Amino acid sequence: MEDAEIRKRRGVCSTALLLNWVGRTAEQDQEEEEEKTLELSLGLPGGGRRRTACREKGKHPAVDGSVDLSLGYSKVVPNSQVHTSGWLDLRVSRKGLDGLVLQLPDCFSSDNLNLFGSLMAHSKANGSPEAVTRNALAAPNNNSSRTRSPGAPVVGWPPVRASRRNLASSSRAALEQQNVKKAVKAEETKRAPFVKVNMDGIPIGRKIDLNAFNTYEKLSVAVDKLFRHLLAAQRDPRTEECPPEEVAISGLLDGTGEYTLVYEDYEGDRVLVGDVPWGMFVSSAKRLRVLKTSDLSSSLITSNRKRTAADC
Amino acid sequence: MSTPPSSSSAPIPTLASPGMRDAADDSDSPPSHMSEDSDGSGAGPGGDTWTPDLRGTNGGNGGNGGRWAPPDQVLENVLESVLEFLTAARDRNAASLVCRSWYAAEAQTRRELFIGNCYAVSPARAVQRFAGLRAVVLKGKPRFADFSLVPNGWGARVSPWVDALGPAYPRLQRICLKRMTVSDDELALIPRSFPLFRELSLVCCDGFTTRGLAVIAEGCRHLRVLDLTEDYFHEETEVVDWISKFPECNTSLESLVFDCVSVPFNFEALEALVARSPALRRLRVNDHVSIEQLRRLMARAPHLTHLGTGSFRSEPGSSGASSVSDLATSFAAAAKSLVCLSGFLDVNAEYLPAIYPVCANLTSLNFSFASLTSEELIPVINHCVNLRVFWVLDTVGDEGLRAVAETCSDLRELRVFPLDATEDSEGSVSDVGLQAISEGCRKLESILYFCQRMTNVAVIAMSENCPDLVVFRLCIMGRHRPDRVTGEPMDEGFGAIVKNCKKLTRLSVSGLLTDKAFAYIGKYGKLIKTLSVAFAGNSDMSLQHVFEGCTKLQKLEVRDSPFGDKGLLSGMNYFYNMRFFWMNSCRLTVKGCGDVAQQMPNLVVEVMKDHPDDEGEVDTVDKLYLYRSLAGPRTDAPEFVNIL
Repeated sequence: MEDAEIRKRRGVCSTALLLNWVGRTAEQDQEEEEEKTLELSLGLPGGGRRRTACREKGKHPAVDGSVDLSLGYSKVVPNSQVHTSGWLDLRVSRKGLDGLVLQLPDCFSSDNLNLFGSLMAHSKANGSPEAVTRNALAAPNNNSSRTRSPGAPVVGWPPVRASRRNLASSSRAALEQQNVKKAVKAEETKRAPFVKVNMDGIPIGRKIDLNAFNTYEKLSVAVDKLFRHLLAAQRDPRTEECPPEEVAISGLLDGTGEYTLVYEDYEGDRVLVGDVPWGMFVSSAKRLRVLKTSDLSSSLITSNRKRTAADC
Repeated sequence: MSTPPSSSSAPIPTLASPGMRDAADDSDSPPSHMSEDSDGSGAGPGGDTWTPDLRGTNGGNGGNGGRWAPPDQVLENVLESVLEFLTAARDRNAASLVCRSWYAAEAQTRRELFIGNCYAVSPARAVQRFAGLRAVVLKGKPRFADFSLVPNGWGARVSPWVDALGPAYPRLQRICLKRMTVSDDELALIPRSFPLFRELSLVCCDGFTTRGLAVIAEGCRHLRVLDLTEDYFHEETEVVDWISKFPECNTSLESLVFDCVSVPFNFEALEALVARSPALRRLRVNDHVSIEQLRRLMARAPHLTHLGTGSFRSEPGSSGASSVSDLATSFAAAAKSLVCLSGFLDVNAEYLPAIYPVCANLTSLNFSFASLTSEELIPVINHCVNLRVFWVLDTVGDEGLRAVAETCSDLRELRVFPLDATEDSEGSVSDVGLQAISEGCRKLESILYFCQRMTNVAVIAMSENCPDLVVFRLCIMGRHRPDRVTGEPMDEGFGAIVKNCKKLTRLSVSGLLTDKAFAYIGKYGKLIKTLSVAFAGNSDMSLQHVFEGCTKLQKLEVRDSPFGDKGLLSGMNYFYNMRFFWMNSCRLTVKGCGDVAQQMPNLVVEVMKDHPDDEGEVDTVDKLYLYRSLAGPRTDAPEFVNIL
């Protein structure tokens, strides 16, 4: 999950796709073959699985296994869909002007299913990310070719009664509060982005001001200081004496430590910290996470690092 | 005419089956007399005694050559007096099926009639069967009407019922309506038809104004309960001063709830009314009541058990604004009796500490309209050690829920509503809060939880820690959202709930779900009566699992899921055992629905299209609502409803 995202992020900087998958039968797949389709290949997390069969799709073979989404145009020949272990073929077809519908072939089984239901993205063809998201969300779940108008909000969802809608904006106090919060937020994003930092396994999060640092090293030290105590308290308060022994949290940036620092950008993608220039990082990071390195595949991290070095 | 219902086959529905009970009602507010399983008030012995006449047709104690009643008559009279003690409809339905004489005896003695779907039976038929009703409970529109999924004008007008009940039951005391359209004229019929009328409860109803309320206040001289809960109150041209219309002498009012009637009213009249209503125990006012006014009301009604606090804010620009300690004094005086607190409709958090004196005695606290931060809520929560029911907005946060878990070990019902009910809102509660609650509130029976992030682990933990769960409603607001940590579907979480919570009767699912989740539900959800599904499943197998497995299923609501005619048809053998089946924005066709209608004569199959004038799309069905009925297709359907 995180793997898939991170891998995806590495290779294809500007493209990805919102998946809103709906199961369809094989017959329906065949009807679609004449339509223009975008094809997507998504690897399962857990690292390093490669395609073991070649497809007749023509374009965009996966770049060495551990990869990225590749987008392109091709005709899909239904009968040639080979379903190998670990790989799923996702076909995206266009419905109407702007809508995108994603269908999974019926032959996938939930045993193999380990992917995020929603990866944020935008495609070059359709412009802004928001538009695609909305359009995909607006895609119909029935087999009529009539779609909801793109961008239309879903009626009655989430299911709260009318008296509970607009609670955030209805009361005077809430309105004031909101205005104050908005003003503060606007200020914050302009000058000092306080970002939340959450560590795996620790329910309490922290906030730090990225502008207070100017290198990744300093950031790493700060994160260590913030969470060192909490981590120790978490370890086993009953058996350890108090104060429990505090262990420095190291190796956050290079994958050598027990934990690794990751950030989420405004599109919701998760990216390893340390790869982009500092200034770019500060302006794009929305929040930070300290994840267990073991949850991320180690070969993944090193291979990604190599690629990044090569790209730059 | 009555056949004993068997559990698997589809019996000919009798009046008994439409009245079949379902437990936990989906009413959004504490009063539980809308539930079928409750004993209902005023219908039991002592409340309204009916003494059997053992003397036969002639009166007199054996004098005047009075005849002894024949043996059958005696038996019937004895039976009637015994049945008097049966109050729950389920028991009464069962008794009525024993034999003809029991059927007749039961029909004579039933005091409360519960009709879960106003179109399931005609008013005439109900009136014909039951001779001595004192209370009628009617439910109208399908629940998804609350979420704007049922177009205006669909139906559920109360007029045919009021027209029929009036002449038949002059002694009627109580009417409870849910999701029905009630006009002012229909309200006006109540005092005219029922001189002994005592209780009116309108939940999620629409169509009436203050004019109708004025007629009730003025005409029902014995009124004890006027409860208006979450009704749709439209702005009117002219607001009537209905509060002034109550009788000028001491009233019998026990409960006055009007927080949803959000128009200004005559406060002095209310204060005077409260002062002359010595029996008043429940008072919930609207947001046009300030703190200062609240204090005056509390002073007039020192024995209140349930209080809705109005705005909980000082009057703007008021020179005599109450201080927090003044307000606290008012609450201290109420501490002995107050058990249920709600309102806070425009809360000024500074005044919150004023309620500390009552917190320890509170069993029910409703903050669900109060936008308060966790810092503001936690000190209050910490005082509420005896809380059993807690409704709150998600601004309470995971930290606030942790405080609840630590303090409220007796909690039975929790509802966490979203402050910002949109799919991509920030969402301040998550799996962390749910896990904390599960660990601290082991006696939890009912939960409604709106969030943006959830994990299977937390849901599984709740299933293991809270085995008494009867109602589990989890709404992950982002559609198709998977487990936030593993990225997997939420199948295992919901599977654990149905498997471990053996008393579960109501379930609402959300998040990314495959057919597997429904396989679990079918396999383990043997007591489930109400199931709500949205944006879930991958194929018609999901529906099949549910129909085949959930043998006690009464109400099924489905929206925006990839189910088609095949799924619909898999329910054919089960529809007569259910109250209704709702399905919108799925993949149904008119033909499929038509097949069902054709094969099942006692089922009413209504289909609706969102845009009736679309060409080329005649075949699809946007909304399906099918329900068993003894009344046949209704005659009041609007043109957008097509009854197949």
